[in-house]
Amino acid sequence: MHHTLVALVEDKPGVLNRVASLFRRRAFNIESLTVGRTDVPGISRMTMVIDSDQVSADRVTAYLYKLVNVLQVEDLREVPAVARDLALVKVAVAGHDRAHLLRVVDETRAHIVDSGEQTMTLEITGEPPHVDAVISRLEPLGIVEMVRTGQVAMRRGDTTLSAAQYS
Amino acid sequence: MYAGSAHWVMAMQRTGAQIIWECLVHEGVSTVFGYPGGAILPAYDAMLDYPVKHVLVRHEQGASHMADGYARAGGGVGVCMATSGPGATNLVTGIATAMMDSVPMVCLTGQVPSKLIGYDAFQETDITGITLPITKHSYLVTRVEDIMPAMKEAFVLAKSGRPGPVLVDITKDAQQAKIDWAWDPSPVKLRGYRPKLTVPQSEISTAIDLLSKSKRPVILAGQGILHSGAMKEVRQFAERINAPVAMTLLGLGGFPASHPLHIGMMGMHGESWVNHAIQEADLLIALGMRFDDRVTGNIKTYAVNAKKIHIDIDPSEINKNVQADAAIVADLREALKDLLDVVKPANHEPWLSYIASMKGTSAVHDIQSLPDNGHLYAPHVINDIWRITEGKAIVVTDVGQHQMWEAQYYHHETPRTLITSGGLGTMGFGLPAAIGAKMARPDAEVWAIVGDGGFQMTQAELSTAAQEGVKVNVAVINNGYLGMVRQWQEFFYDRRYAATPLRSPDFVKIAEAHGLLGLRAEKRPEVLDVVQRARQAEGTVLIDFRVEQEDSVYPMVPAGADLDAMIRRPQQPSVLVETGADPI
Repeated sequence: MHHTLVALVEDKPGVLNRVASLFRRRAFNIESLTVGRTDVPGISRMTMVIDSDQVSADRVTAYLYKLVNVLQVEDLREVPAVARDLALVKVAVAGHDRAHLLRVVDETRAHIVDSGEQTMTLEITGEPPHVDAVISRLEPLGIVEMVRTGQVAMRRGDTTLSAAQYS
Repeated sequence: MYAGSAHWVMAMQRTGAQIIWECLVHEGVSTVFGYPGGAILPAYDAMLDYPVKHVLVRHEQGASHMADGYARAGGGVGVCMATSGPGATNLVTGIATAMMDSVPMVCLTGQVPSKLIGYDAFQETDITGITLPITKHSYLVTRVEDIMPAMKEAFVLAKSGRPGPVLVDITKDAQQAKIDWAWDPSPVKLRGYRPKLTVPQSEISTAIDLLSKSKRPVILAGQGILHSGAMKEVRQFAERINAPVAMTLLGLGGFPASHPLHIGMMGMHGESWVNHAIQEADLLIALGMRFDDRVTGNIKTYAVNAKKIHIDIDPSEINKNVQADAAIVADLREALKDLLDVVKPANHEPWLSYIASMKGTSAVHDIQSLPDNGHLYAPHVINDIWRITEGKAIVVTDVGQHQMWEAQYYHHETPRTLITSGGLGTMGFGLPAAIGAKMARPDAEVWAIVGDGGFQMTQAELSTAAQEGVKVNVAVINNGYLGMVRQWQEFFYDRRYAATPLRSPDFVKIAEAHGLLGLRAEKRPEVLDVVQRARQAEGTVLIDFRVEQEDSVYPMVPAGADLDAMIRRPQQPSVLVETGADPI
């Protein structure tokens, strides 16, 4: 079962280390972890995807709260949420039917962000299953390089996990 | 001269090193355990001008254990101090010990100058990184301005909520730099740290409902009682609901051993009737304890018919090992007060009589009941120390067989009279922690009960005791083996004693070499005399108790076995086997 945990954390040295160390120490597997700034200086936001049952997700949440630099944690499995993942995929152009390639790009809502003589770089954004699906369609074409950001997520509707309350 | 006063109005020029001591004085610290070195030298130099006693240890591990013993005995925060690199890494075992047992400690380490961090400078080590998983929190301070906030936060974190060790690593240049400085008396604000102190009332009602339906309740009393100072409330609660009280190792002293509802210690070396009572209970009321594997045995078969009320201040302990039917995350004392407001008196006489009846056959298994066969057994020694000290001493143990025998045969009436490494099981803890305990409670009689193995791990701290003129009575339970490991080898490894026979020096001579009194007892009738002589002598005394070599701690729940599947003491002592140990 996938759980998407979102945490507001203080932007202090070592915070990412503390969070990562917690997962390692308690033997929880991280599928993805992203961290970035929020609208409030000094507060960062982490999105962690873990594969675990509900009890373990609750434990992770409790352990996260024990970290002094962690301000708030939310398990988005329990609420409607928007989730996005982004991939950059460099596929081989040589030897392929260019029209076929462009059709795949078009059908999958990928964007061409760069192209060279031998390769073309595509950007795919969407719910993680969408990104997975596009990647599997691109695989027969020959993926030569790929990177994914990992998932970011946010509650749907007007309810917010506001960083401003901690400013 | 120390120029400190409660609150300064005017800022004064202070070095970082001076600010460290100003903060310690403001936090009420009177004793620091440490060892100097290059990166902490500015702080040591400033120390001479402040009214704080420094205890020079012989190894930094001793400093962290002393700070631990000091905190556990006195109820305050223990402070230890070391230099960078090896000084800091030597603290690690003591920090991990304190973390596992929730001991409030502030550990100060010097760090190489900030411009050298990351360059593998002499005696540089990433101590905040190393201690990340074994501290409640840690700080790397590289600027003099950040010293006071870090120090203030460290003390708040160490002692509040679920206590624990906090490390403050301060670079040498931050100690040397000067700023205009004044003590900031405003309370610490940590926006990400809010220990839950309000009692959830809905869970109180669930708990009351469970209590009203229970016919066979058992209270599991843990160390949280000591931390929250809830002795009186636990007693009132137990008496009100008329429930037996089983103790964890670290909970001993939290409920009087002589109380009629006290049934004894639970777990791997707990009393057989206690473990049976837990397995047959219909309700467990866990007070400030965490269902450690040494307490539960096989978690799958643990108290399967019992509902669980779990009261703990740490939310991460709820549903960690055992699913709670009512989970009260709060300060134990506050939670019990709320429960006492509403809980109705109950009578569980049939259940209590049933538990008492299970003791029936246990007495014949007790080593105390076996006829004197000319040999000295560790339980005899410990029971005699208990009788002679009238149960009033602070006993600090090491880890191993003697530790379990202490828990079984020294009956604790009051909190903070047993100091022992429970969670981490740190051999070498006993002697330094006892020195720390005595420093915190100079009025108290302090006994270190240690094994011949663990004692030798930190034996050098005898020098510290001698130098400080501290009086600790050290009872070495000397069986010529790493006894607990030997016991496991006897039970589970076909008596193949790999690396457990232990040749020790003449401990009496060791004591004498330190200018201390050393005594020895080899037969049961000699125990009383040496214990009395030790108590009357000035300064630290060491007694070498030459006890039966192959005795084992009973009962025993093998690791991972069902809690009621205990190995019981054979009614005849096991055959004595002479090992190659030297007759000293």
